Amino acid sequence: MDSDALYCSVDLVCGSGVTLSAEHRAALQSSLIILKRNMNFRRVLFWGKICGIKNDYFIAQGVGEDQIRDRKSIYSINCIDWHLLPPATKALIDEVAMAAKGRFMGDPSHKYEHETQEQEEGGQTTKVKVNEEQRLAVTVFTIDNEVAVVPRGAYIKNLQGIAQPNRSFEGLNPSEAAELSNYLHFSESRKPRKKNIMEMANLNPSIDFLDPLSEDIPKGSWIVHFEHGNRVCTIKSLVWQGLTFFNLPMTPWHGYLYMGDGLKNVDLSFML
Amino acid sequence: MEAPGDSSSDTDPRQQAALNFKAFLLKSSTKTNQNLYDHLARVLTKVMDERPPNAVDVFEDISLQVKANQLQDNQSTLRSIPENNAAFALAQEQKALFIRGAGDEQEEGMAETPLPNLVEQSFFFDQAEVGLGREETQRIFLALKQLVDTQHLQRCRFWGKILGREANYIVAEVECRDEEEEQAEETQKDEEEEEARDEDENDLLPKSTYKPPPSVPMEARSSGTNKFSYFVCREPGLPWVRLPDVTPAQIVVARQIRKLFTGHLDAPIITYPPFPGNEANYLRAQIARISAGTQVSPLGFYVFEEEEEEEAEEGARDNFIENPEFEGIPVPDMVESLSTWVHHVQHINKQGRCVWVRISEKTEEELDDEAEGEEREEEPDEPEPEVGPPLLTPLSEDAVVNNTPPWSTRISSNLIPEYAIAYVRSNLWPGAYAYASGKNFENIYIGWGLKYLGEPYTPPMPPTPQQEYPSEPEITEVLDPSVEEEQALKAAPEDQQLSEEENEGQEEEEEEDD
Repeated sequence: MDSDALYCSVDLVCGSGVTLSAEHRAALQSSLIILKRNMNFRRVLFWGKICGIKNDYFIAQGVGEDQIRDRKSIYSINCIDWHLLPPATKALIDEVAMAAKGRFMGDPSHKYEHETQEQEEGGQTTKVKVNEEQRLAVTVFTIDNEVAVVPRGAYIKNLQGIAQPNRSFEGLNPSEAAELSNYLHFSESRKPRKKNIMEMANLNPSIDFLDPLSEDIPKGSWIVHFEHGNRVCTIKSLVWQGLTFFNLPMTPWHGYLYMGDGLKNVDLSFML
Repeated sequence: MEAPGDSSSDTDPRQQAALNFKAFLLKSSTKTNQNLYDHLARVLTKVMDERPPNAVDVFEDISLQVKANQLQDNQSTLRSIPENNAAFALAQEQKALFIRGAGDEQEEGMAETPLPNLVEQSFFFDQAEVGLGREETQRIFLALKQLVDTQHLQRCRFWGKILGREANYIVAEVECRDEEEEQAEETQKDEEEEEARDEDENDLLPKSTYKPPPSVPMEARSSGTNKFSYFVCREPGLPWVRLPDVTPAQIVVARQIRKLFTGHLDAPIITYPPFPGNEANYLRAQIARISAGTQVSPLGFYVFEEEEEEEAEEGARDNFIENPEFEGIPVPDMVESLSTWVHHVQHINKQGRCVWVRISEKTEEELDDEAEGEEREEEPDEPEPEVGPPLLTPLSEDAVVNNTPPWSTRISSNLIPEYAIAYVRSNLWPGAYAYASGKNFENIYIGWGLKYLGEPYTPPMPPTPQQEYPSEPEITEVLDPSVEEEQALKAAPEDQQLSEEENEGQEEEEEEDD
């Protein structure tokens, strides 16, 4: 969520029970502005918190020109000292997928090891080593890729193909806000499913360049709730438990936050 | 200025073209009765008035907005019926929370009330980064007050919130003043009588001699897993519903399944192994497990009433009272070591009860084995002399799951440790928190109601098929003999008889000869 509106937005996503203490909020307000200036970001977003066993990681993201692709993630343990996370390359994602298991420890230099037995003649065992900082980078990247949400119409693709915030977005009305098809994944479109003519008729290519949430598998992995006396529409993900997206119908105010332990919920199909 | 008629031949076609084009622009659309000229004029007026930055990028949207505004003017003659949507309905219900009850007197507020001070608790929980937001907590506080006023409660506590797919549950833990056990027993007896009557009617059919294994009896109200009752509601302001008591079978099955709550208390739970009950029972079972695993207090806050060396099976272990001399443990100590926190709810054993009970149909040998097994389980909880019997075991004795320590301790502020509080977070039940600060402490659970397994969930396998009866020659199937075989069989003994008769005849002849 936008760091400028942090102080009032955190109250809207606390339906899952996790909030920020006053001390952290105050620290974030100061340090995020400093960060924006130092690292020359267009916008700084407070991404959320990943809870480890000994310590929690607070994560922020700085956004450049291209809102989807030009993102840098930064983490901190005390909300004051920030460190840049390494970019998540394909090789790193594979390594982390093999090596890292269990909860986050809370120590960025903690090492995860995994030995793979290669079934070749030599019988070599290769060790895959990953440290927690890399695991954090990959987790943040994966969560953004899979479950970052924006309302339909909030971002526009301009002539250069870059996604930009739509300044005349006035928000969804309450009946639209309850429909999952009005929310889009904020990441590179992965499944350009061939739509038939009937579906294409209602689409607007400048705002419908992202995938809607209603096409996610398994169906039921998103929960839409109206909280706070039915005024704030929150969408929670069940695949990454802890991700909450909020928006206020009839206003352009929206954002998402991840407050959880950074583990993917692979048992979802049993739970539904 | 040239009069239009006097223009030279050069400008005339251009002006004429301009006039033609203007006429074209003024042509009304057949569908909407608007024309492009007026529309462009309105759009440009809007841009002039508002001066948006980067107007050229949002030009199309401005145009759409102007069109939309036009349409609205035409419809203003109709009165719109205000929509009765869900937000309005809920607001009506919640308005009742804020109305002061008729029977409230000033004196009652001063006496000891079972209502917990939720505002104070939420202040501490906020420092522990747990909470539901100030307005929501206030509404829950008022809803609890409503509960306390309508039911006669001895004790009431905000247990927490369980998230569900369609609605959430707000859970309150209460201890009732009236004993309503008789009602529960009566309903059970009625069910048994009905079953007996059904059997009489079906006397003609052969009764199977199969008796299902006897179920473990439920713990009585106000003891063991049913020590407290729980009320749930969907949103503060909606009526509170009491949850049924939990049976050991439900706890045993709840341990084997993994299911999210939907938010409807009567939803069926379709799983393998089949859960004996609906969502209300499943909710109650999970609440019981969470309470048993995560309700903690600072060491020394609760003490036992009497110290008995010989422990009876029930009784002494169950009762504890607040220690009037509890001074509070300094916060740094509480954060450093887990042995300063103790469980104050009894652990649920494998049988699904807090206190193990014998089931009479088993043989004596099995009973003895089980008794020894259970005692062995409880003996490691036999603590060092300072702590006392298993009820108040410190957290440092909790089991580790999948290389994850079961609890994480934190201090709420590293910058101002003088006024900080200590809090623990459970890693086994993500969402369970407890804080302690001096003499104040409290527990809460806000989460999905599922345990942390560490590894992906695998459902239990179905049991192996039962052994069939052993095959004996009397019941072994054999092919019926065919016609030729039967005739051959008949022929064979006839030959034998003939040969026997011949032999007998020979013998007789021989005998006669003799």
